Amino acid sequence: MPVQASETDALVRFVGVQKSYDGHTLAVRDLNLDVNRGEFLTLLGPSGSGKTTTLNMLAGFERPTRGEILLAGRPVDRLPPYQRDIGMVFQNYALFPHMSVAENVAFPLSVRRVARAEAEQRVKRALATVRLEAFGDRRPGQLSGGQQQRVALARALVFEPALVLMDEPLGALDKKLREHMQIEIKLLHEQLGLTVVYVTHDQSEALTMSDRVAVFHDGEVVQLGPPDTLYSRPRTPFVAGFIGENNLLPGRCETVEGAGATIRLQDGTMLHATPVGAVAPGARVVVAIRPEAIRLAETGDNVCRALVRSVIYLGDHQRLICDVANGATLTVKVPPGPGATAGETQALAWSAVDCLAFAADASTDATLNEEWNA
Amino acid sequence: MLLSPYATLGDRLRIGVLIGWCALVLAFLVLPIFVPVPLSVNSEAFFTFPLAGFSWRWYEEVLGSDQWREAIWHSIVIAIGATVLATGLGTLAAIGLTNPRLPARRVIMGILISPLIVPVVITAVGAYLFYARFGLASTFSGIILAHTAVASPFVVVTVGASLANFDRALMNAASICGARPWTAFRRVMLPAILPGVLSGAAFAFVTSFDELVISLFLASADQRTLPMQMFTGLREHLSPAITAAATLMMSLSIVLLIVADRLAHRGRRD
Repeated sequence: MPVQASETDALVRFVGVQKSYDGHTLAVRDLNLDVNRGEFLTLLGPSGSGKTTTLNMLAGFERPTRGEILLAGRPVDRLPPYQRDIGMVFQNYALFPHMSVAENVAFPLSVRRVARAEAEQRVKRALATVRLEAFGDRRPGQLSGGQQQRVALARALVFEPALVLMDEPLGALDKKLREHMQIEIKLLHEQLGLTVVYVTHDQSEALTMSDRVAVFHDGEVVQLGPPDTLYSRPRTPFVAGFIGENNLLPGRCETVEGAGATIRLQDGTMLHATPVGAVAPGARVVVAIRPEAIRLAETGDNVCRALVRSVIYLGDHQRLICDVANGATLTVKVPPGPGATAGETQALAWSAVDCLAFAADASTDATLNEEWNA
Repeated sequence: MLLSPYATLGDRLRIGVLIGWCALVLAFLVLPIFVPVPLSVNSEAFFTFPLAGFSWRWYEEVLGSDQWREAIWHSIVIAIGATVLATGLGTLAAIGLTNPRLPARRVIMGILISPLIVPVVITAVGAYLFYARFGLASTFSGIILAHTAVASPFVVVTVGASLANFDRALMNAASICGARPWTAFRRVMLPAILPGVLSGAAFAFVTSFDELVISLFLASADQRTLPMQMFTGLREHLSPAITAAATLMMSLSIVLLIVADRLAHRGRRD
């Protein structure tokens, strides 16, 4: 075991981890995931995708049905949560309502029998880190949501754990406060050199904060990588649809030549696309095009004419909802200013590189349906 | 408050009828409980109004005689034993029953509550026949166990009610903070459910302290309790001393329930 630990820089390793609550359906299918020291790793996925189950197994609240979790090279299957030395921030803060803010923060120290004087110093420091020095005597109920979340952070950090887990910690806050807290958490992560495993269903939060993101879907990690890779090179249509915005169009592959493919859409339109993974001629595919990759132009690898149904002004950019000949809708993101007006026909162009073609399967159909129903 | 300043005749009539109705209910259901109180300070040995004069003699008889004092002592010992057991077991049961992972929760709850529903005579006979086999009949332990059975449901219900408002995520939070299960219970869960535990304990104490039927079956002369002493007193020589004993019992119950209520409210403010 020690040899293994020194071989890798992983603080946490999931090895073939499976979890089933009822013995039939798997909440987590076959998880193999390393969390590196000092890394900010986000588990991202829709509800029911297994991300929270994964976090709960790491915390020790749930036990894997199969497989092993290693913490600093040591298997933790038999280790209860209170012996794991992990800090955790919960979705609804989970502060102890009958204790003052300082008592809440001191709790992990007092159960560890840290001497009173030292504990006081560390509580003070932890509260200073989250800028709540003046609030030690208050009750959690007297604080705002953002302040309570900062107390929860201080409580998770006060005993200087190497690993901190966060379970949708900003879900209950309003948008402005959430963005502010994202930056604060990110700064704390850098200052204190923490390893953070963060769970969220908010893809923009995941992109903003993470070093790496693991995208969960149906109990599996469908893609693991840095935010920019997930955004620019999604490996499955689910990731393409879940991270950022994408126009998804069903079609069929006609030919594949090297790094390019031609795709026939349902109405017969031919597109030049970049195949992702194994795409064979004749196979059903889904084509994904980012709204910002589409230009208002007559020339390009792919050009089509579309009726601009509506123009949405968003300050720094405007968004065109366009009807294409085959009944599909394309969302186009263009710089503000005159360019298009609702009701007129426009030429849309995009390059083959920005047009990804994925092999379609049953789960893709589900993704497409969600897309259209939304 | 019930009447607006501009009440019509109809309003006045309706309120009048309502007040009259409530007075009748109170008179026939609650007032009889207090009948022994004035009789207990009657100077004559008659159960009749008007009172002949004021005297503490019946209290002196109850608190002065060995027989009565022994019965009071037995009742207190049994009630404390049953309260400790019922509070401990009832609290544990309530914690288990509010765990969503426990299968057949409703069935188990029904079984635990059944001593409240089953006629107490049946409980008493059953306890007598069962405990006799283990040599527990005519012992304090036997009476305490049987009283625990009828007193625990109160604790299960009151603690269960306070657990309904308890966020179980707090126990996970305590655990990941490093608290062992017992520490987490003592420092996080118990303060939150203390009001329920205390009022459950008060109900348990009063239930055991007032209990007659089970004691009649299980206790011999050596374990005679206060209600038993009163009962035999009523049958054998009708002495107003029982009104003094009844008043004492009632006072103790009321004081206990008030104290539990106060403690519960203080717990909630904290």
